[in-house]
Amino acid sequence: MRSFDDAALTEVGADFSPGAVNERAGRALVIGCGALAREILAVLRSAGLDKVDLRCLPAKLHNAPQQIPDAARRAIEAARADGYERISLAYADCGTGGLLDRLCEELDVVRMSGPHCYAFYDGQSAFAARADAEIGAFYLTDFLARQFDAVVWRGLGLDRFPDLLEDYFGHYDRVVYLAQTDDPALDSAAQEAAARLGLAYERRFTGYGELTGFLVNVSQERGA
Amino acid sequence: MTEGDDIDLRALDDEELVQQMFDDLYDGLKPEIEEGVEILLERGWAPYDVLTKALVAGMRIVGDDFRDGILFVPEVLQAAKAMKAGMGILKPLLADTGAPKVGKMVIGTVKGDIHDIGKNLVAMMMEGAGFEVVDLGINTEADEYIKALQDEEADILGMSALLTTTMPYMKIVIDTLAERGLRDDYIVLVGGAPLNEEFGKAVGADAYCRDAAVAVETAKELITRKHNQRAAS
Repeated sequence: MRSFDDAALTEVGADFSPGAVNERAGRALVIGCGALAREILAVLRSAGLDKVDLRCLPAKLHNAPQQIPDAARRAIEAARADGYERISLAYADCGTGGLLDRLCEELDVVRMSGPHCYAFYDGQSAFAARADAEIGAFYLTDFLARQFDAVVWRGLGLDRFPDLLEDYFGHYDRVVYLAQTDDPALDSAAQEAAARLGLAYERRFTGYGELTGFLVNVSQERGA
Repeated sequence: MTEGDDIDLRALDDEELVQQMFDDLYDGLKPEIEEGVEILLERGWAPYDVLTKALVAGMRIVGDDFRDGILFVPEVLQAAKAMKAGMGILKPLLADTGAPKVGKMVIGTVKGDIHDIGKNLVAMMMEGAGFEVVDLGINTEADEYIKALQDEEADILGMSALLTTTMPYMKIVIDTLAERGLRDDYIVLVGGAPLNEEFGKAVGADAYCRDAAVAVETAKELITRKHNQRAAS
């Protein structure tokens, strides 16, 4: 069982690809958000997709989406220099307003469809159908439940300026925890996060949703 | 500025005090900004000068450093709160002293979106720059925008969105304005974290504004241009 450094995934990302160039021949590379590392590796393992490697960018870019396209560009260029020919992005639009799509087109890579990881975990059509009813929902995933303090609380400066809570979350009415796994500890963490934000709590089990299909496509050809 | 507590603002001359207020605004020190505003007023400054030369000018520094990645959202919000406190003192006085009115803006976050931090910053900075602002809040439908524009006889429509999924609604609003033959009556400004220049053009806005300071500059420029066009026709 691999051990994960969630703090490192948040702050600096991680490289799970083999170090030796000769080990990369014929393999595909997924460059993903650090918030998806654990889940991507779990899917690769359980689906037996052993010809796909993973490199992750820092999950903290979640709070600065305008930096994602440049970071992804650097990672793609570095991966090409390292000999990877088949590269996919395990990112949705993630608040880049179409800039990531433009990058994908320019560099001939594919990304996951949809606006956010919440949507591909939940299922694009189900997520879209719930948009009106969940206008006040603040979503957590397994990673965000684990890293709530680093990514959300400290990431938004609430540790230094607790008075900003109302500014950030005044119009939200609930936390919806989209659970990838059945883990009572994460359920408690998500519930505690909701309490800290002063919001109601709801848990919805999604599993890995559309992540699995995306990775299967990546392993077979070009991604989803 | 951590040593802010030790500084006697009243002992500073006007220029030093304004510089100190820039620092205090940068550091989000609300009581110090309120005190600075009171002192300048006591010294006979016109409320409009206090607003523009101390608060708006100070906020411009904050905006520049945000743009350059030196300051981040929490710090900007603290600065905005300090500015808002200062503006709270000035607002009733501005109405009494005939401060120039540049134009009127209707602003709101688009339908399906509840995020208003950026929109609130723009509204505040626009007020600081002499615009009258009608804030429709969040989750705003096309009809609400259009009704407010007409009822308020506004010059500018400002739309904000934080979500990739909600920003396309801006096009619906602009298209609705066009269908009703109203598009050319208003300057349309759009903004929000996932937007960019290209998106602004694609939806038919007059301009995309990267941040609140740019929104103010753009609004001023476009409204001047509009007045000139009217005068020439």
